[in-house]
Amino acid sequence: MRHGAGFRVVRAVLLGLFALYFFLPLISMANFSVQGKGPLEGEITFHYYAELVRNEDLRSAIVSSLLLAAFTVLLMVVLLVPTMIWVRLRTPGLSRTVEFLCLLPLTVPPLVIVVGITNVYTWVNYLLGDSPQVLVFAYVVLVLPYSYRSIDSALSAIDVTTLAEAARSLGAGWTTVITRIVMPNIVSGVLGAAFIAIALVLGEYVFASLLHYDTMPVALAAIYKSETSTAIAGAFASIVLISLLLLGLSFFNRSKAPDVGGQKA
Amino acid sequence: MLPFFGFLAVFLIVPTVTVIIGAFQDGETGGFTMGNIEALGSSAAIDTLRKSLLLSGSTALLGGVLGAVLAYLIVSLGPRSILRRTTLSIAGVLAQFGGVTLAFAWISLLGFSGLLTVVLRDGIGFDIYGTGWLYGLKGLIVVYTYFQVPLMVIVFTPALEGLRPQLKEAAVNLGATNFQYWRMVGIPLLTPAFLGSVLLLFANAFAAYATAAILVSQGNPIVPLLIRSALTSEVLLGQQNLGFALATEMIVVVAIVMGLYALLLRRTSRWLR
Repeated sequence: MRHGAGFRVVRAVLLGLFALYFFLPLISMANFSVQGKGPLEGEITFHYYAELVRNEDLRSAIVSSLLLAAFTVLLMVVLLVPTMIWVRLRTPGLSRTVEFLCLLPLTVPPLVIVVGITNVYTWVNYLLGDSPQVLVFAYVVLVLPYSYRSIDSALSAIDVTTLAEAARSLGAGWTTVITRIVMPNIVSGVLGAAFIAIALVLGEYVFASLLHYDTMPVALAAIYKSETSTAIAGAFASIVLISLLLLGLSFFNRSKAPDVGGQKA
Repeated sequence: MLPFFGFLAVFLIVPTVTVIIGAFQDGETGGFTMGNIEALGSSAAIDTLRKSLLLSGSTALLGGVLGAVLAYLIVSLGPRSILRRTTLSIAGVLAQFGGVTLAFAWISLLGFSGLLTVVLRDGIGFDIYGTGWLYGLKGLIVVYTYFQVPLMVIVFTPALEGLRPQLKEAAVNLGATNFQYWRMVGIPLLTPAFLGSVLLLFANAFAAYATAAILVSQGNPIVPLLIRSALTSEVLLGQQNLGFALATEMIVVVAIVMGLYALLLRRTSRWLR
């Protein structure tokens, strides 16, 4: 499509305005987090970032969140990948059901799940104790739709049946087929799923706050009134980390598609 | 296979069913009652629902229109533009941006000592803070729009890309002006996709909780916050079941919206590639 000079100017101006709208809150957050307050008045300082590690409650909350992210990825991969491979190979009739179940959390608001999950968590706490790490179960449900899509597109790109039959005819068992034949071929999809899972878990507030577990977002919200600058520094650090993960994800997905023209958005 | 279904049954199906059954249960006796559902008809609950719908509707329309414009600008950059790839990636990030961080970002911009508030106050003496509108329904509209626009870009761009250039060429060959092409070909083709995307945005805003929970300090202007207060309230017994009823109300609204979305999606795919 060819465009006139007038259109180009209007487009540049509008894109600039959109950029301003989207970046202004981020810039002001960065600015706020390095402006000294109180005794540090008027200085540019990284004091509040150091505070994130120095404050003991905050540090343990950050560690909790990072651990939770790791556990969520682990459990998600263990539950989802073998199931999806198995469905493709042995029970293709169930593929619609699995897809529906995986995408269901997009339709049921997380808040609704929290409201109903208290009884389940009474049992979880009874069996596994009361550490924030038990949130991993709820978080796997939360990341399921995104992980499913990522892994599903990776599986569609390879010929699972042929690979599996070849491996089986050479004497491989089902475990070997899944872990050593199919898994290495869909590693990009699994990594994509892991990235988005980490990004979602690090920012999750609904479950953690209503079930009373101190994860990073909950801790930041708790100190916001008394130590605003530290809270904002923590929030900015987390958004930078999450953005890097998600940007990494989008570049990752792109490298799979060699031709830009034929690529889905 | 079995662990997967077992897991989903316990952590997804059981909670949802608990909510729906709980909505019809008496908090003290556990017997069947329509009391919780009737409580949804109280003027306070209706007012909250109205505000929730207003918030979701206005940010879905605002985000829909702005997002469609932005998506068009991005698509017009051409398929090999680096700027286009970058903007789409950033949109992917910003659409996930929410909760605590988003609320903090806007407070640092428009809060009492926010960047823009201070600059405007000291610079031209304009008071943008006012009486703290950021912490009420108006603030929520502004803040929600921030993640609605990029979400619209993501869901609407494929539809715009599917608009075949041949259609425009054909229209121009038949003597159509640019305006006529959009009015009689482009916009009618894109309307189902646009409405579908707007519905998705509506559901997205309606279900959002975290940002509002941080931002709103007084009262419970929207349904998710009313649910929070029903869950955490220790003033009245049986409030938990009112929470269940409100949560059921949310399921119903979101289910209706997503059902309409599925219907529209079927119409969309016919003409677009």
